[in-house]
Amino acid sequence: MEPSGPDAFYAAAARAAADRELNRKLENASTRHFEHLAVAVSEFAPYQSERDAARRIKEESIERLDELLAELKQRLEARGVKVFFAEDAAAARDYIVRVARQAGVRRVVKGKSMTTEEIGLNPALEQAGIEAVETDLGEYIVQLRREPPSHIITPAIHLSKEDIGELFAEKLGTAYTSDPPALTAVARERLREVFLSAGMGITGVNFAVAETGTLVVVENEGNGRFCTTSPDIHVAVMGIEKVIPRFEDLSHFLEILARTATGQRLTAYTSFLSGPRAADDRDGPRETHLVVLDNGRTRMLADPVLREALYCLRCGACLNACPVYRHIGGHAYKSAYPGPIGSIVSPSLFGAGAAGHLPFASTLCGACKEVCPVKIDIPRILLHLRWKMTEGGGGQVAWPQAPARVRAAAGWFARAARYPSMMRAAGRIGAFLLKPFGHDGYLRRMPGPFAAWTRVRDFPVPSGGNGASGRETK
Amino acid sequence: MREVTLFSTCLGEELFPGAVAAARIVLQRLGLEVKMRRDAFCCGQAAFNEGMRRDAAELAARFLDTHQPGTALVVPSGSCASMIRIFYPDLLADQPALLKKARALIPWVHEFSEFLVDVLGVTDVGASFPHSVTYHPSCHLLRELHVIDAPRKLLAQVRGLRLCELPRGTECCGFGGLFSVKFPDISAAMLADKCKCIEQSGAEFVVANDGGCLMQMGGGLHRAHSRVKTLHLAEILASR
Ligand code: SF4
Repeated sequence: MEPSGPDAFYAAAARAAADRELNRKLENASTRHFEHLAVAVSEFAPYQSERDAARRIKEESIERLDELLAELKQRLEARGVKVFFAEDAAAARDYIVRVARQAGVRRVVKGKSMTTEEIGLNPALEQAGIEAVETDLGEYIVQLRREPPSHIITPAIHLSKEDIGELFAEKLGTAYTSDPPALTAVARERLREVFLSAGMGITGVNFAVAETGTLVVVENEGNGRFCTTSPDIHVAVMGIEKVIPRFEDLSHFLEILARTATGQRLTAYTSFLSGPRAADDRDGPRETHLVVLDNGRTRMLADPVLREALYCLRCGACLNACPVYRHIGGHAYKSAYPGPIGSIVSPSLFGAGAAGHLPFASTLCGACKEVCPVKIDIPRILLHLRWKMTEGGGGQVAWPQAPARVRAAAGWFARAARYPSMMRAAGRIGAFLLKPFGHDGYLRRMPGPFAAWTRVRDFPVPSGGNGASGRETK
Repeated sequence: MREVTLFSTCLGEELFPGAVAAARIVLQRLGLEVKMRRDAFCCGQAAFNEGMRRDAAELAARFLDTHQPGTALVVPSGSCASMIRIFYPDLLADQPALLKKARALIPWVHEFSEFLVDVLGVTDVGASFPHSVTYHPSCHLLRELHVIDAPRKLLAQVRGLRLCELPRGTECCGFGGLFSVKFPDISAAMLADKCKCIEQSGAEFVVANDGGCLMQMGGGLHRAHSRVKTLHLAEILASR
């Protein structure tokens, strides 16, 4: 899914912000997540030091990126994996569609992969007449609804179990139930046939070990492992930033990833994939492809501030921590990556015109940075992107009229604030004019750029600069 | 230390003179001579947060001209204090002369509650406020400056004050500077939740150390006809 500029965001965010039901679901999910996380952290003393260790490895990996990618490619190719470097989303899509077509694949099973969302793979496969079935339960649910995931870890976080019960009854013709195990059993049964008839499995990659040429996929349902072992062809898709140097580095990541993402000690399935089946193997794919995606990532790499965003493990914790995300949900962002992490990567992946407004849609409260397992300074990156979209030559945001007016006023304020006596005079005039309209210290309506304030809350009656002396109270 | 400078901040000057006056009184009662300098109006935070670094740097330059190291600079706002302490070095990174000035000033810059507790070592300022109060920790105070306990320690010593726990207290109130007017719908949804939690706390007053949060929460509570009033921490500490 790709963002398409500020107008669509404003409309969707306003709608979602008014949806109290959505907010309640997201609050509940987030509360549960942080309760589990707190338990997971409290019973694992080295959590904090493992975060630092993981961060250091990411720093090293990004520093040595080209060398590690070359090593990974060489190791994988030695075992018969076909490695394809895709410069952009279109190149990645075309490659995968071509591989499927050439092998006569009619049906593809997919493990959960946000990277394939990023490149819009499902619509491309569909267009080529190839059925793509999501097999992660949450992804399966949103696919049945013909909507994109709304969270990078829990794709159906915006739905209640009742919503899902109704969906299954309508789309799958089963009797209505809202019992999660019963619903899971329905999906499991349906997916079993699909798995066995699929010619290709497509998954993401959580870590790619350069030293050994190992692709690591973590998941909880076994569907990812099924996708990588049962169909004849396995295609793994990863961003260039997923490579890490050594096999032993994995221990640090695996210690913190599941804990932070879901509060689990370890995911139920951790698959270490090394390529197609060897002559004496009894199972495994006959063909393995790895698509390594750039799609704007080298641009991030080249920017000393943005580079830090490439340390991301896609754990999803910053989404749950973000009060903006919890009030508008994932769909409003219109990006494969919603929430804080999405707001720092989307402008590079999808362009400033499409996503340049997202870094501004944050209060900079810092809750994201606090939970991030690899301590990415998300507020700092948001600020950097705001600068790039304002005066840093990073492209223009086509602001709607109201926020454009606010920005113009802010610029005026910043320039006028260089002259305190002028500001104070203006403040006195403003206060004089507004005072008669005050009701016990507040104004219900304000003109100009302040109208957006008083549309939703009252404004304190200005004092006319009385605070400057520290003597007067109003 | 006999002399301190109190920076009224732009929101303090224009919207919360009571908070500035109260901060001044509290400091004076502790035997300090309080200077107010009138040559800097704003620290530049709003411009900086909007990506207008050029304008922000101009304001920072003016601020650094006005305030010299050697005298403690007390800031009654968590976000303005973090603008100076945390973000000036980033903002001025490629202006060596200003950067040097900023680095020299930073050790002298303190948020109000932090100054009382950590610098002066005072928690009891002799205040009395016989009401129930809940405390909203402002995001920048909490997560940039890591000032966590100081406001609570001060409130705990106020005679007659009953401190109520604020549910989901560390959640942002939805102000975010220009965010509040550029994204009013999102800001309002966040504010509605904050107001609900404030009501749930059962307090008569909600206190914060940041003009932005006070204006957001105050405006939200007033629009909702709530009986809960907002106060700056200094206003409670100045009550006798
Ligand atoms: S930015 Fe940090 S918290 Fe957010 S998804 Fe990435 S690793 Fe997780």
